[in-house]
Amino acid sequence: MSQADEGNSFAIQTTSISRTFGDLTAVDGIDLNVEHGELFSLLGPNGAGKTTTIKMLCCLLKPTGGTATIMGHDIQKDPLSVKSVIDVSPQETAIAERLNAWENLTLMAGLHGLDKQAARERSGELLEMMALDGRAKEKVKNYSGGMKRRLSIAMALVSDPQVLFLDEPTLGLDPQSRRAIWEHIEHLKGEKTVVLTTHYLEEADALADRVAIIDEGKIVALGTPKDLKESIAGDQVLVVEAALTDDAVDALRKLYPVVRRTESGVEIEGEAANIYDIQDVLRPRGITIDSTFKKQTTLDDVFLRLTGKQLRE
Amino acid sequence: MRSLELAKRNFREVWRDPLSLGITVGLPVLLLLVLQLFGSVDPFFTPTVLAPGIVLFGFVMLMFSSAMILSRDRESAFFSRLLTAPVRARDFVAAYSLPYLPVAILQGILLFAIGLFLGLEVSGSVVLVILVLLVTSIFYIGLGMVLGSLLPLAPLSGAYAVVLLLTIFGGAWMDLEAIGGVFQSVGNALPFAHALDATRDVMVEGAGFGAIATDFYWVLGYTVVAVALALVFFRRKMTE
Repeated sequence: MSQADEGNSFAIQTTSISRTFGDLTAVDGIDLNVEHGELFSLLGPNGAGKTTTIKMLCCLLKPTGGTATIMGHDIQKDPLSVKSVIDVSPQETAIAERLNAWENLTLMAGLHGLDKQAARERSGELLEMMALDGRAKEKVKNYSGGMKRRLSIAMALVSDPQVLFLDEPTLGLDPQSRRAIWEHIEHLKGEKTVVLTTHYLEEADALADRVAIIDEGKIVALGTPKDLKESIAGDQVLVVEAALTDDAVDALRKLYPVVRRTESGVEIEGEAANIYDIQDVLRPRGITIDSTFKKQTTLDDVFLRLTGKQLRE
Repeated sequence: MRSLELAKRNFREVWRDPLSLGITVGLPVLLLLVLQLFGSVDPFFTPTVLAPGIVLFGFVMLMFSSAMILSRDRESAFFSRLLTAPVRARDFVAAYSLPYLPVAILQGILLFAIGLFLGLEVSGSVVLVILVLLVTSIFYIGLGMVLGSLLPLAPLSGAYAVVLLLTIFGGAWMDLEAIGGVFQSVGNALPFAHALDATRDVMVEGAGFGAIATDFYWVLGYTVVAVALALVFFRRKMTE
């Protein structure tokens, strides 16, 4: 732990951090505390303010209001110290295409001050860990999207940072490559403070210790994935598939606080939803139920409840 | 030195792009070979008179090449990653400039070697010629850093054309006294004619440092300003 960090119980602390671009407020006074060794996820749709937040924390963008500390170092007063304890895997695959994987890794190691021996050892370890050692001397422009992304993450790990920012690390990857990267991220849990931005709810659900749901530059909910889901519906949603009329849906809404219209019927949040009560509403209207089943609440449901929007809109 | 690793990468980028390197180094050589053919008709086209102007033409290409690599990087996510490393603006500018010094030296050696073979004569100190050309090359590379920090890739060729025209009409290839008027005043205010006069005076007339001091310091002043501006503009780009 650095000298600046002594007495500071959080790896990352933001205080009303904001950023505007002209009339647009991209980040609107966010307060966050991220614990040491925590895997913290910023979840939100495109344009919610996740990347802008990360860019400010990495000293690439100046906040227009508020500030933040990383391991006790102020991002505005002491950016060089901040940069010496962090590393980042940006949203786009950030690699030097004309170099090979080995050269990319040793370049980043050198920039972060590792000596030649340490740079070689660390690069070798990471190439093996990311299963890139077989093609380490090949120009990376010939790599597949998944390989480039794995290299990009490896480049963020080469300096062995105390705080790691992963900005949409699996964006645009096929499910197999995504799962492989999840495994690598899971290995970091507890060892490093990781801030993961994603708009894949299953990614945040599977990996994060805590999730901050961000929308229009504001944190709208914060907690563990389990707490967030329980907070809206006691963890369950009843799906009713039937040809429903507007009148029937209105009647159900009088019974239950959250009823969402879907293509095949409705979704009713909460454990109180009861099939017999629903039949009592639908039968007098001549509506028969095609099927009903219970599904687990997802973070998408949480997001929908809190913002009225779906994450992938 | 952390920037050395980045300088190495940039060096590789330069040397792994044979087409661009070939044009940067080869075109001035080709120009010398073709233009010296007219030497028997007009003494302006003898290698001794031509070579300094052609070296400056080569440096303009060097400027374009250095501006292009910085501008291209700035438009990529890779550059954002570089900026998150604990490296200062001055180290970044050094890392993007250093790889072009060997290219400038290679250009100079090739041009003068071929020039000597074709009859080029150096009456004064070779060291002094090298010193003037080295400072001039740093000026052009610094200008490349300014343009690369400020401009996106697309408008760079426009900036290249402007600098090339300024170099040609600013005295490198035209006799300012013969043109006179505003052209002469503007040309004399710019560094190009001074770089050329200093080099030619040493080469043709065997002038010593005292005789070219004004021209030399004029170029040096521009070089300091170009490098300082490159630092200022680069620093601004680091945190937007």
